[in-house]
Amino acid sequence: MSAEPILKVRDLRVHFEIPGKGLFGKPSLLKAVDGVDFDLRAGETLGIVGESGCGKSTLGRAVLQLIEPTAGQVVWLGRDIAGLRSAAMRPLRKSLQIIFQDPLASLNPRMTIGEIIAEPLVTHRADLGKEEIRKRVQDMMANVGLLPQMINRYPHEFSGGQCQRIGIARAMILEPKLIVCDEPVSALDVSIQAQIVNLLQDLQRRFGLSLMFISHDLSVVRHISHRIMVLYLGKVMEIADRDSIYARPHHPYTRALISAVPIPDPEKERAKERLIISGDLPSPINPPSGCVFRTRCPFAQERCTQEEPKRRTIADGHELACHFDGPGL
Amino acid sequence: MTAVLDVRNLETRFSTPDGMVSAVNTISFTLNAGETLGVVGESGSGKTQVFMSVMGLLARNGHCTGEALFQGDNLLTMPKKKLNTIRGSRMAMIFQDPMTSLNPYLSVARQMTEVLVEHKGMTTHDARRHAITMLDRVGIPEAARRIDMYPHEFSGGMRQRVMIAMSLLCSPELLIADEPTTALDVTVQAQILDLLNDLKRDFNTAIVMITHDLGVVAGLCDRVMVMYGGRVAETGSVKDIFYAPRHPYTKGLLQSMPRLDGDAGSSLYAIPGQPPNLQNLPKGCAFHDRCAVRSDRCRDIPPALLDYGNGRMAACHHEEAAR
Repeated sequence: MSAEPILKVRDLRVHFEIPGKGLFGKPSLLKAVDGVDFDLRAGETLGIVGESGCGKSTLGRAVLQLIEPTAGQVVWLGRDIAGLRSAAMRPLRKSLQIIFQDPLASLNPRMTIGEIIAEPLVTHRADLGKEEIRKRVQDMMANVGLLPQMINRYPHEFSGGQCQRIGIARAMILEPKLIVCDEPVSALDVSIQAQIVNLLQDLQRRFGLSLMFISHDLSVVRHISHRIMVLYLGKVMEIADRDSIYARPHHPYTRALISAVPIPDPEKERAKERLIISGDLPSPINPPSGCVFRTRCPFAQERCTQEEPKRRTIADGHELACHFDGPGL
Repeated sequence: MTAVLDVRNLETRFSTPDGMVSAVNTISFTLNAGETLGVVGESGSGKTQVFMSVMGLLARNGHCTGEALFQGDNLLTMPKKKLNTIRGSRMAMIFQDPMTSLNPYLSVARQMTEVLVEHKGMTTHDARRHAITMLDRVGIPEAARRIDMYPHEFSGGMRQRVMIAMSLLCSPELLIADEPTTALDVTVQAQILDLLNDLKRDFNTAIVMITHDLGVVAGLCDRVMVMYGGRVAETGSVKDIFYAPRHPYTKGLLQSMPRLDGDAGSSLYAIPGQPPNLQNLPKGCAFHDRCAVRSDRCRDIPPALLDYGNGRMAACHHEEAAR
């Protein structure tokens, strides 16, 4: 892993305007991503976790400029790409790819998988001949564990796990530097999930890929990530190295998330100490004042309602947005 | 202990345009009062269809044979009228997606009181009072006010609480929960699992927990039934299954789970291959082509489910090798 980040995200914001009720209703602002900063190095995996509605998918799309950020910087290899027009983005798309949660829905049912995997090459590499494209597609199919002779089949002939391999092959064919993985294993069975996680790790090692791994499953994220970022209502609660955050989570939300994951071991699971937070995620249209987590935080105090906690470094590479350093720890 | 549910040789088939699909293949098990049984398997393992058969909720092209004795009466041959006096009252089922199991046009109050008026002959007034008590019991704040709201006004976790409250209205002897927390966030899942643990203790309801998540099973269940290809791979106490699995599939499943208490960063054990096609099940063991300890016998002869005593059963020719 090199020291210089290939991606620097600074104070990134994505706000959506929600039309007001009725004719004269005032439109309101949904702050899906609200001031997110992070760095990503070559060959590194950043896990992004949080409950549904915390803005993790929007963040992934805003980094790739699939959603235009409202404010902030996305510095890719030294150049700010936030808000670039699609024509200007086009040459950069070769190195920035994405794979999606629903493997079948993200593949065009009328194209053969050969055509699907070749499409990015046809778009971006007009210099390549037909034979060369076919050869590259078949090589990539072998790389992701698909039999090259299946090249003329259609997506519906494949299982969920195999469709996800096709999606990965399509993302990999242009030899990208960064892949945003948006819940890539959530729709898969446990035994197949392990195959795909191993494949992503293997591809990362072989091609020096950086990954943004978005997931609500903390066990999978822990397994695949080097660093982990915890989001809540569009804000970063805590970011740290994998081992640091799982061994010593400082933010009450991180602690609650980790303690809520069931451990497949009856004795440990029944004996473990848990921090159960009540209620659901508040509406992002009308977030709580001060610290956004305070309405569900068991340790919230007066200060939390008035003052938004600033993100601060508490240990090497470990940042926290909480007034208190893990009360009760 | 008396068995609340005693299923014997259940077979479920679906006739489809592409041929016959064998979803459930000769399954037998019992569930005692107050016991919680985890039913684990991948999609297509038949785990849901076993209980759809038991509840008489099979799709129109489905057909089942065998016996499912509920307190001694066979549910599969019972006239529909009699079945309807049991369903929703003495046994209830909750599903993965609470939004699709609640009627969006009717208020929660209407949907909940209907059950009590129908099955218990309560007056609307009493039914409403009882429904509010039950919503309160499952942790819905301001139950008396929120009972008049419509399903869309509740969040996913709250909707699942409404479903659980509704299923418990008539104090059923059996509650079947089909992936009740799969669509929920982990924090909300933890709340719902806590609630189920409380209910288990307070109401002595027998619970069937259908899930693909072994973590959920570890915290909640007394016994576990692992299914593969429409058959039982093994059954046993929760400790037997987790600490001394006898079937290579169970063992592989446990190893392939990334876990918070395990080694991070190392490569995961992955069971090779794909789950079997139920339209065209292999002649022998359904798991044989993905199994690390298979032999020729596994390809040709389906292993019998052998009883090892104490409710411990496994279907594998090489059970010793798997251990």
